[in-house]
Amino acid sequence: MDFFPLYLSAKLAVITTSVLILISAPLAYFLVYVKCPGKFLFEALINLPIALPPTVIGLYLLYIMGPKGYVGTIWGEVFGGTLLFTFTGIVIATAVYSLPFAVQPIKATFEKMDHRLRENAYVLGLSPVATFFRVMIPNSINGIAAAAILVFLHSMGAFGVILMVGGSISGETRVASIAIYEAVETMNYREAWLLSLAFVPISYFFLLLVNRLTRS
Amino acid sequence: MGLSAVLRKKTEYFSIDVDFFCPEGKTLVLIGPSGAGKTTIIRMLAGLEKPDEGRIVLKEKILFDSNRGICLSPQKRELGYVFQDFTLFPHLTIHGNAAFAAKDKSEVDYLVNYFGLSRLRDRKPHQVSGGEKQRCAICQALARRPSLLLLDEPFSALDVVTRRGLRAELKKIKEERALSVVFVTHDIHEALFIADSILPIVDGEIDRDWLEQIASPVSPLGVQPRATREPKLALVY
Repeated sequence: MDFFPLYLSAKLAVITTSVLILISAPLAYFLVYVKCPGKFLFEALINLPIALPPTVIGLYLLYIMGPKGYVGTIWGEVFGGTLLFTFTGIVIATAVYSLPFAVQPIKATFEKMDHRLRENAYVLGLSPVATFFRVMIPNSINGIAAAAILVFLHSMGAFGVILMVGGSISGETRVASIAIYEAVETMNYREAWLLSLAFVPISYFFLLLVNRLTRS
Repeated sequence: MGLSAVLRKKTEYFSIDVDFFCPEGKTLVLIGPSGAGKTTIIRMLAGLEKPDEGRIVLKEKILFDSNRGICLSPQKRELGYVFQDFTLFPHLTIHGNAAFAAKDKSEVDYLVNYFGLSRLRDRKPHQVSGGEKQRCAICQALARRPSLLLLDEPFSALDVVTRRGLRAELKKIKEERALSVVFVTHDIHEALFIADSILPIVDGEIDRDWLEQIASPVSPLGVQPRATREPKLALVY
């Protein structure tokens, strides 16, 4: 029984969550507070992964991150090597795929926040950046935690997009969801069941936590 | 010296068009019915809303001048602003809120003591009463040592006893520091107690008749100023 895919899934989920929370809080701030023409187009683009099948996202990413794609070319020139079929590649792919799940809860928290807190901070002399860190982030902890948990779970369960961009390389991109699929394909049901069972308590616990955080 | 303001702004329902002066160390009360534009005026003074045209000068410092294209951000105006409802930062303690933008920490301790908040210093805003929250909000604004304090119906959500106590505390510290104050209210009693001068605002404009009407003993809304308070009242136009 190989539990390494579970470890790889958890590692992928932790890294993706950390990266996305850092990116999503400023993005959510931009979507809520910055006035700019065409912002709705940008927001729709961020939310596109919700509407697109994971394999479709995977196909586009495969092209963009490939040796002839923009991202793949720049990556090759700066860091050397390729993004496809690597752990870094599936982190980027999962981050794109999970981005709306990070942005939306934080955006909702910012929208719910009393706008006078921000105004009060401005009148008290704080710059918008200082206000973001000293007022908005501390008062959005629940929303940020809810976003982090959703992204963590979404990344743990990602399948199609990872398969397209990372394939199934043992120890590198063969995460739990792919290992389960392959175990079923090869009729190794015991391994499939054991890996699947590990997901249930983790997911259930984290969903309870999201419920509690969003209620408070 | 003091505050002089000429403000014009079109709103959804009416146009604001006011011109007033608040001498240094004095309290100017903006009074008028709800929705008259008082809060918009005070927000324009604070830099939270931009007038369409006009000029705001505080102690010879130009805060806004539409002709010269000057519009200082709220951060650069260095005013104190106390909002109508309680706008303390929920993640900070009472002392943390009072000290949020303080230039001098000993000043914070003095203000916290003055407003009777010492025993509550480690509590969060949701653990104290409305009056205590508003005391803390005033501490927070005063801790920056502003030359002008803007108060937007700061006592409207408080009970009568708390309100009286806070008015007296505010008046005392204002006199102690020779602070200029612009105070928004729709309560004539409050205005008479705290004002050095009163500016009645109705539908965005100064309306002398409205104030005379509500202060008249024969008015159905009639509020007769007490004799002891009457000499303080001077209308500004």
